[in-house]
Amino acid sequence: MSVQTPQTIVPDYSFLKKVEFESKIKASACFQCRKCTNGCPVTFAMDFYPDQILRFIHLGLRDLVLNCATIWVCASCETCTTRCPNEIDIAGLMDYLKESAEKEGIGIKDNKTYMFHRVFLDDVKKRGRVHELRLMNEYMLKTGEGVKKLKDDSWKQDLKLGLGMLTKGRLPLLPKGIKNKKEVKRILENID
Amino acid sequence: MIDVSYYPGCSLEGTAKDYRESIETVCERVGIKLHELEDWNCCGATAAHSLSHKAAINLSARNLTIAEKAGMDLVIPCALCFNRMKAAEKVLLGPYRREYAYRFEGSIKIWDLLDFFCQDRVKAEIARRFKRPLKGLKPVCYYGCMANRPPTITDARNWENPTNMDELLSFLGAEVIDWPYKTDCCGASHVVARPDIVFNLVYKLFDMAERVGANCIVVSCQMCQANLDMYQDEISKKFNRDFYFPILYFTELVGMAIGEKQVNRWLTKHFVSAKPLIESVGLNL
Ligand code: SF4
Ligand code: SF4
Repeated sequence: MSVQTPQTIVPDYSFLKKVEFESKIKASACFQCRKCTNGCPVTFAMDFYPDQILRFIHLGLRDLVLNCATIWVCASCETCTTRCPNEIDIAGLMDYLKESAEKEGIGIKDNKTYMFHRVFLDDVKKRGRVHELRLMNEYMLKTGEGVKKLKDDSWKQDLKLGLGMLTKGRLPLLPKGIKNKKEVKRILENID
Repeated sequence: MIDVSYYPGCSLEGTAKDYRESIETVCERVGIKLHELEDWNCCGATAAHSLSHKAAINLSARNLTIAEKAGMDLVIPCALCFNRMKAAEKVLLGPYRREYAYRFEGSIKIWDLLDFFCQDRVKAEIARRFKRPLKGLKPVCYYGCMANRPPTITDARNWENPTNMDELLSFLGAEVIDWPYKTDCCGASHVVARPDIVFNLVYKLFDMAERVGANCIVVSCQMCQANLDMYQDEISKKFNRDFYFPILYFTELVGMAIGEKQVNRWLTKHFVSAKPLIESVGLNL
């Protein structure tokens, strides 16, 4: 019989300091009441709960929080931020962690949520506005979702919805751009 | 005549053309003159605030600068665009404003379109053109997340239990039903990469709407509309239920109440047909 020894964690507070400095969000104010988690609508799809993410930040478990599914599952519904008794912007922290994950190239490979955001911003960069049809095409190509859908027959449902949109006049085929594309491009440039 | 600047946002140029048509027509009818913001850009939506706080604020800030120059209050139909613009407003008026490329003095007010419609002066205009009460429509009001949360950004007064849409629709004569899921999340843009999450969330909304006896769901956001409308069949199948909820924009209800004939056309652009409901309660035009 094997006895499970608890893993010892040596807290490293430098990560907490870095997070608070860069995000301007006071993560250390969390007293673990779990109100954030109790109101979160998507805990069923998370690997760690929002209050756990806060605790991990306190303990300096950087790799764990940058690699977890939770930060990408968060729907940015702002319920946690609204209700936290210590006014911690938890949704803002989730964003900060996603941004850090991208910067460090952690947990973004084969991450469809990340790919969607990336393709979205690339589209905005081109014309200053998003064109939904182009965005979806790019997303299908880049993620390989298109091919997968062909294989498992789910393309039929997509086609039905797409044609529905088209016949209802809700799918303009040509994108509109803005005049000052350069300015928008500049805003988006410094993030890569 | 009430003059305001207007930020339609990217979806209203594309898949939410129906919402756009209803907004622009109804505003004209009730004496609101919308001035589309000159050369507005995408607010960056969830993608921008997920990957770069700074770029997200700058994208919205650019629009705010343009709006402030135009000198009129700004109305925004999409709840997410509204939220992003308000977030930029708070940053540009806050202690870190110097870190951003744009200036905003806060001389104009940023409105969520629904809230704008709920002002007494707009209601008075609606009352003057009122044709028929929307008797028989039993809507639940679905406000979603972004128009209200977090209140430190949106300046919402009743973020846990907003009532402005309930009041507006009651004013139009609809038999509004109270329910506990007014501001629960629909999953928004997760529908692309994680439809599984969205289907779960929307199923709960339908289940509750049915339990409280609603016969339609009214929204003010095109993302909520799409998530509830486009996948209703699929969600019914997945959870072995038989949901029928037309998902209507509040502007369409205003249109019906003032007898605007174009409502018929807007309604045909939804996936779940409202026709059976409208006919059953005798509200067809
Ligand atoms: S609600 Fe705030 S204080 Fe409570 S556990 Fe969550 S982050 Fe910590
Ligand atoms: S913002 Fe994210 S973590 Fe917070 S309650 Fe919503 S989904 Fe959960």
